[in-house]
Amino acid sequence: MTRLHHLLAAPLACLLLVFFGVPLVLVVTVSFFDFDQFDIIPTFVLTNYLELFGSSLTYSLYANTVKYAVIVWTLTLVIGFTVSYFLVFHVRPFLLQLALFLVCTVPFWTSNVIRMISWIPFLGRNGIFNQSLIALGIVDQPLEFLLFSDFAVVIAYVHLFSLFMIVPIFNSMARIDPAVIEAAVDAGAGRFRVIREIVVPLSKTGIAMGSIFVVALVMGDFFVVKIMSGGQSASVVLAMSNEIAVLQYPPAAASAVVLLLVVTAMVVGILRIVDVRRELAG
Amino acid sequence: MHRPGSGRRPWTFYALAAFFGLYVLFLYGPMSAIFILSFQGPTGGLTFPMNGVSLHWFGALFGQQRTGDFAGSFTRSILLAVIVLSITVAASVMAGLAFRRRFLGSTLVFYMAIFSLIIPGLLLGLGVGLMFQFLGIKPAWYSSALGAQLTWTLPFGLLIMFAVFSRFNPFYEEAARDLGAGYGQTLWNVVLPILLPGIIAVALFGFTLSYDEFPRTLIPIGSRNTLPLEIWAMTTNVTSPALYALGTLTTAVSFVVIAVALTSIALIQRRRTRRGTRTDAGD
Repeated sequence: MTRLHHLLAAPLACLLLVFFGVPLVLVVTVSFFDFDQFDIIPTFVLTNYLELFGSSLTYSLYANTVKYAVIVWTLTLVIGFTVSYFLVFHVRPFLLQLALFLVCTVPFWTSNVIRMISWIPFLGRNGIFNQSLIALGIVDQPLEFLLFSDFAVVIAYVHLFSLFMIVPIFNSMARIDPAVIEAAVDAGAGRFRVIREIVVPLSKTGIAMGSIFVVALVMGDFFVVKIMSGGQSASVVLAMSNEIAVLQYPPAAASAVVLLLVVTAMVVGILRIVDVRRELAG
Repeated sequence: MHRPGSGRRPWTFYALAAFFGLYVLFLYGPMSAIFILSFQGPTGGLTFPMNGVSLHWFGALFGQQRTGDFAGSFTRSILLAVIVLSITVAASVMAGLAFRRRFLGSTLVFYMAIFSLIIPGLLLGLGVGLMFQFLGIKPAWYSSALGAQLTWTLPFGLLIMFAVFSRFNPFYEEAARDLGAGYGQTLWNVVLPILLPGIIAVALFGFTLSYDEFPRTLIPIGSRNTLPLEIWAMTTNVTSPALYALGTLTTAVSFVVIAVALTSIALIQRRRTRRGTRTDAGD
């Protein structure tokens, strides 16, 4: 039987090995290579890393990217938990619950770039939001900070990535046995105590999965920062993509390796708290 | 806490419903704005007000000066998405079956899938690009870009299969075996039909994630772009509603695919309920 299981898992395992494992090893290898104007030179140097850690730009890029990750994680967690809680515990019948859940997930199956640029006519100087504010007499001058700012970057991130929080949390919450909650209510627990002592602990797999997604997606982003900040802000990967654009692969690879270690540390931290594998496949 | 059947709704229901409503508005509001704006008149700009209503910008997409190769990139994207869908469905269903039991290396494959999912897309693309460069193979949409996209769709396929199997009742399988069916027969006649809605969900993810993918595809695409890469190029140099028209078209395609997938899942479930055979039992 085990042999059969190996055969069944082989196509997926091999594809991941070839297109994820090998490329990863190559990135690590190239990060120790040297380069000149035209080509990469296979040798072993530490200059890429020394330059990376010697530059104050690296630290400010990480500070900026982590700042986005923390803000977006907090916002998506609040949204993900609240929306899932509403859908699972307040919406009946089941078909309506499913329909509203699908309303939340449909944008996930459409283009991220299009969803991102859809904020441009909305937040711009003469955009819908400013026009509405002026029409309502709330402000006299259009607000300038809405577009091409940190604000716009965070809005776009939350818009694109909150689904990654909603879906796993919803999935965890939907599996909570209603009898457990009934019992707690009968025993006199108020709704906030039920949330704190039953819903949150039993949703922790979903919260962990969602957090991994959101943190990794924000840490790895370059296109939202590039477009929505209007070139006024940057992220680790955006800086990396600029190096790739001028074919400086070794320093880009070194930067990639460091980023990967940072993201892995964050994910391992989350997995330490919650054993996702056991709860998913077990 | 709202108790089902307790009659009056608590105040939290209304607060949460309002929150949910605002979230949906946040999700769809800006998108609907660009759909409307893509019907701008020929003199219209990137924001409201509308200067007339026309199909001018959709026409402009097919004119040569607007985008490099709209029709070609669209065709490639659809083809690539179909290939990705097929491989993702086959590999994920097989792996899903394998993962019902622990096997030597299962933890390794699981973590490889998780890290393949969360690795920054551009970084993965860089790695695949380097691999093809070292092998001396020219990158192309049907080879290097295909591989890069699979690192994104396969882990999703696997996670969906986990969810599907966690609701799968093995009694049907055991019953089939007790009645004398072999492994292949049980799989083909019992397990796969029961799993069909889940398999359609994997297909939906495979298609749409490939059709819209761009961070992983950007570096290993080779010389001919897919549609999302055309759109990405446009975001930086096109400042007319043609961009919105392209957004509307590509989103319409996504909506059609989503509708087909969800409708077929719904039809299958309804047929099952009507026949009274709740074969997806477990919940």
